[in-house]
Amino acid sequence: MEQFFQPQDLRAIAPELALTVFGLGLLALDLIVPDKRKLGYWALAGVAAAAVLLFLNRNLDTVTAYGGQVVVDPFADYFKMMFLLATGLTVGLSMRYLDIEGEQHGEYYALLLFAVMGMMFMAGGVDMVTLYIGLETMAIATYVLVGFLRRRPRSNEASIKYFMLGAFSSGVLLYGMSLLYGISGSTNLAEIADALSRRGADPVSLIAMITVSAGMFFKIGAVPFHQWTPDAYEGAPSSVTAFMSVAVKAASFAMLLRIFLLGIGPLREQWVPVVAAVAVTTITLGNIAALRQTNVKRLLAYSSIAHAGFVLLGLIAGNRTGMVAIVLYLFIYTFMNVGAWGIVVALRRGNVIGENIEDLNGLFARNPVAAVTMLIFMLSLAGIPPTAGFIAKYHLFAAVIETGHVNVAVIAALNVAIGLYYYMRLVVAMFIAEPAGAESVPFSRGVTSVLVITLALTILIGVYPNWFINLAQNATATLPVF
Amino acid sequence: MDLNNVPILSIVTFLPLAGAIVLMLFSSENKGLIRLWANLVAAAGFLVSVPLFFAFDYENSAAMQFTESLSWIPSLGVRYSVGIDGISLLLVLLTTLLGAIAVLSSWESIQHRAKEFYVFMLMLQTGMLGVFVSLDFFMFYVFWEVMLVPMYFLIGVWGGPRKLYAAIKFFLYTLVGSVLLLLGILALYFQYPVIASAVPEIAAQFGLERTFDILAFQEMGPYLNADLQWWIFLAFFVGFAIKVPMFPFHTWLPDAHVEAPTAGSVILAGVLLKMGTYGFVRFSLPILPDATVEFVPFMIALSIIAIIYGALVAMMQKDMKSLVAYSSVSHMGFVMLGMFALNPNGLNGSLLQQINHGISTGALFLIVGIIYDRRHTREIAEFGGLSSIMPKYAVVFAIMTMSSIGLPLLNGFMGEFPILMGALQENIWWAVAGASGIVLGAAYMLWLYQRTMFGKLDNPKNEGLPDLNAREMATLVPLVILAFWIGIYPAPFFRALDGPVDRLVEIVREDYFEANPIEAELPLPVDAAAAEAAEAE
Repeated sequence: MEQFFQPQDLRAIAPELALTVFGLGLLALDLIVPDKRKLGYWALAGVAAAAVLLFLNRNLDTVTAYGGQVVVDPFADYFKMMFLLATGLTVGLSMRYLDIEGEQHGEYYALLLFAVMGMMFMAGGVDMVTLYIGLETMAIATYVLVGFLRRRPRSNEASIKYFMLGAFSSGVLLYGMSLLYGISGSTNLAEIADALSRRGADPVSLIAMITVSAGMFFKIGAVPFHQWTPDAYEGAPSSVTAFMSVAVKAASFAMLLRIFLLGIGPLREQWVPVVAAVAVTTITLGNIAALRQTNVKRLLAYSSIAHAGFVLLGLIAGNRTGMVAIVLYLFIYTFMNVGAWGIVVALRRGNVIGENIEDLNGLFARNPVAAVTMLIFMLSLAGIPPTAGFIAKYHLFAAVIETGHVNVAVIAALNVAIGLYYYMRLVVAMFIAEPAGAESVPFSRGVTSVLVITLALTILIGVYPNWFINLAQNATATLPVF
Repeated sequence: MDLNNVPILSIVTFLPLAGAIVLMLFSSENKGLIRLWANLVAAAGFLVSVPLFFAFDYENSAAMQFTESLSWIPSLGVRYSVGIDGISLLLVLLTTLLGAIAVLSSWESIQHRAKEFYVFMLMLQTGMLGVFVSLDFFMFYVFWEVMLVPMYFLIGVWGGPRKLYAAIKFFLYTLVGSVLLLLGILALYFQYPVIASAVPEIAAQFGLERTFDILAFQEMGPYLNADLQWWIFLAFFVGFAIKVPMFPFHTWLPDAHVEAPTAGSVILAGVLLKMGTYGFVRFSLPILPDATVEFVPFMIALSIIAIIYGALVAMMQKDMKSLVAYSSVSHMGFVMLGMFALNPNGLNGSLLQQINHGISTGALFLIVGIIYDRRHTREIAEFGGLSSIMPKYAVVFAIMTMSSIGLPLLNGFMGEFPILMGALQENIWWAVAGASGIVLGAAYMLWLYQRTMFGKLDNPKNEGLPDLNAREMATLVPLVILAFWIGIYPAPFFRALDGPVDRLVEIVREDYFEANPIEAELPLPVDAAAAEAAEAE
């Protein structure tokens, strides 16, 4: 075994360290700085610092650190970049939003940075202990963020629900991990895979596989472990929901991929049917439940369940195209979904909560730019070209067709139409329904810049995706595939 | 005229989009300017497409011409690649012409949110043109779906009472079909490298890499195994049949056509439906020849059901617009019947009939729209005796009715006659069924004409209805001229179609021309061949 700690290991986790420093600094500054909004810029500075360090580390090709606990490879870097982007966008959405909610506190930004730090270990960890600690660091910060509107019962309820179910699922996950440890005598994913491939699919390894998958399915909000999602997404501050639906979910997927491909990869024959069943039901149930929602936040919550199911399609395919599809989908989803949530955040004004579909009525008459922006996000979420969402769905379909999973592909294809139906409900409200009020919808600077970035990328990736596809190909080049 | 150095097809395709983008910058208060600009763009869109008709090399009408090819998404092998053969040439011209006419027809009827209306009309135009000029399947698919969004809005915002229902039904139906189509495209995409590495001729021409090149797919068609062809045909069938629409996927059509504003109906009937039949001709037939032959009985059965059923339902309609809508179901059944006769006559007729249907049904929707603008009703029972007060209107309506029925000297005949000949060559009962559809078609159209135009003017609300004004004449006259042109001298059109049709027949039925040597020499239907012979002297 390698020496556990060497000084150069610090370089491998430099971005994580930067986030920790900035996070702690935020807590200290919170005591001194009276204008809490300024702390948002400090958080942005932290994200930028981490991004710079990540960029400087770009040539560390597949370096392992801390005795093989953490790895710096293109896959991890890709996800880390995505987390930082998502966090930057979230901060942009939060600054004005927290003012309106009257909950502007320094801890908020510190918690965000800590959560991202945890995520980075989920993407970079190749050891169950590191992965688990990364997961919990992220999860505990997120539980608090969900309950951040402490004067609102709904937010408290969401936080408690999320916490209870999250703790339970972490328990299940840990149980599976302990079984894997029992089988292999190691917490390292590669060694677990080695032990499993020698052992084969006996009842103990199957139980380990099932429990670990159940824990991971909970984290990504897949059916049948999805019930917490709508409540948590609805109750949480909208900016936090945006963060959860992209960054938290992407981090869970990063960890899920490492575990499924690397750790329990030898049981692939056993888990593919399970993942296929979960993916198909997740897409279908998520979509069907979304059809009936009247609250935009819940609608987007169910839609995000369906999207998680779509991403799982890439895992079913399990080939190179599938992996590219997964990471590309998550990347694209980050922009289109944060954009959509950005509009929800923008609609939250003094007395209007802006969460019911009716609140969108006639948005086109009041603010045509906002309405057209939202239209593009909706089309992208539905997967209509020439938006980024189409490129994302295209890759998933390509992956499942390439590997001959035609049945899955057809069910997913029909689900695209269901998805379109509820996204168009929002469009109908914005463009066709009579205006709900005459007042215009003002946009803060933060929200505007978030919308400009997300919109630009949603269109750019849709029209000229080549560079982003190469990025995704590069990120997944070292992943073991089948 | 030399168009080889000009990216003429890109100009034709993207001019309306450019116009739409400029239009977005206008203030929505200034409706006069908006209208003027939209009409200018649409007219310019038609004018730039006219040189295609003259510069097109009719000797090589089966080959793709005016081609452009640029790398677009190299990591997927997607190219921006356009070009037209004889089939797409006619469809492109039809699209630009009907687009300009549809925009012009909205001058008075669209007052509410005029700016958005014209923006969507122009975007739709680009989407449709893109479908017809694409030589890359990925690009084709992008245009195929892009065009759904503006159409959705045209129906949903400016439509009739049930507009929301009709709009979403249209969108969902087509989307389900298109996504399945995408799965079929992907199956071909992954099959290509396998076949290319086994067949050196294909590899030499198109390379070994994955590609979406439609021409490469057409080359590899015969090497695909029959089972795979069958499945891909099925996927394509759902995508295209919904668009045509073929029975039993036609139920979106009456809703969408009836609820859409006049311009939307004209485009829907005139161009959008052709995208389905174009899909069959461009992809299903040449790429999947074995499956095509296997599916013939099924396709013919559905076509015949559509012909008869569409006509019977049309006869029972009380609303003029739904009558015309159901007549489209019947006419498109005709187009499909001719296509799946899979011989030169049938295919020639089928392709020309697509254009004819665009002309005559487009005109009929305009005619219904004009009376609707005046009376705000389309109930047949509300009218009667209009010919006495609206003589110009009555004449145009009569011509288009005759054209729709298939009277000789008008365009409908030039399409229906070869279709029936083609059907007869294959099976007499196909022709019988087709002919009975023509009889039924004559019945409902003439009955419609009689109930609205003839008789006494007994509804006082109809007194004093103004006849066609100059703008309305301007929308109808080009279509009337075309109807006569195709009816009397169809040779230029058949000349464009001949090459592609012969090529299709050769691909699908390799031994056809050996078994029927006479036709190989006389590929043109009788009139057209005679006309050409006369020209040659």
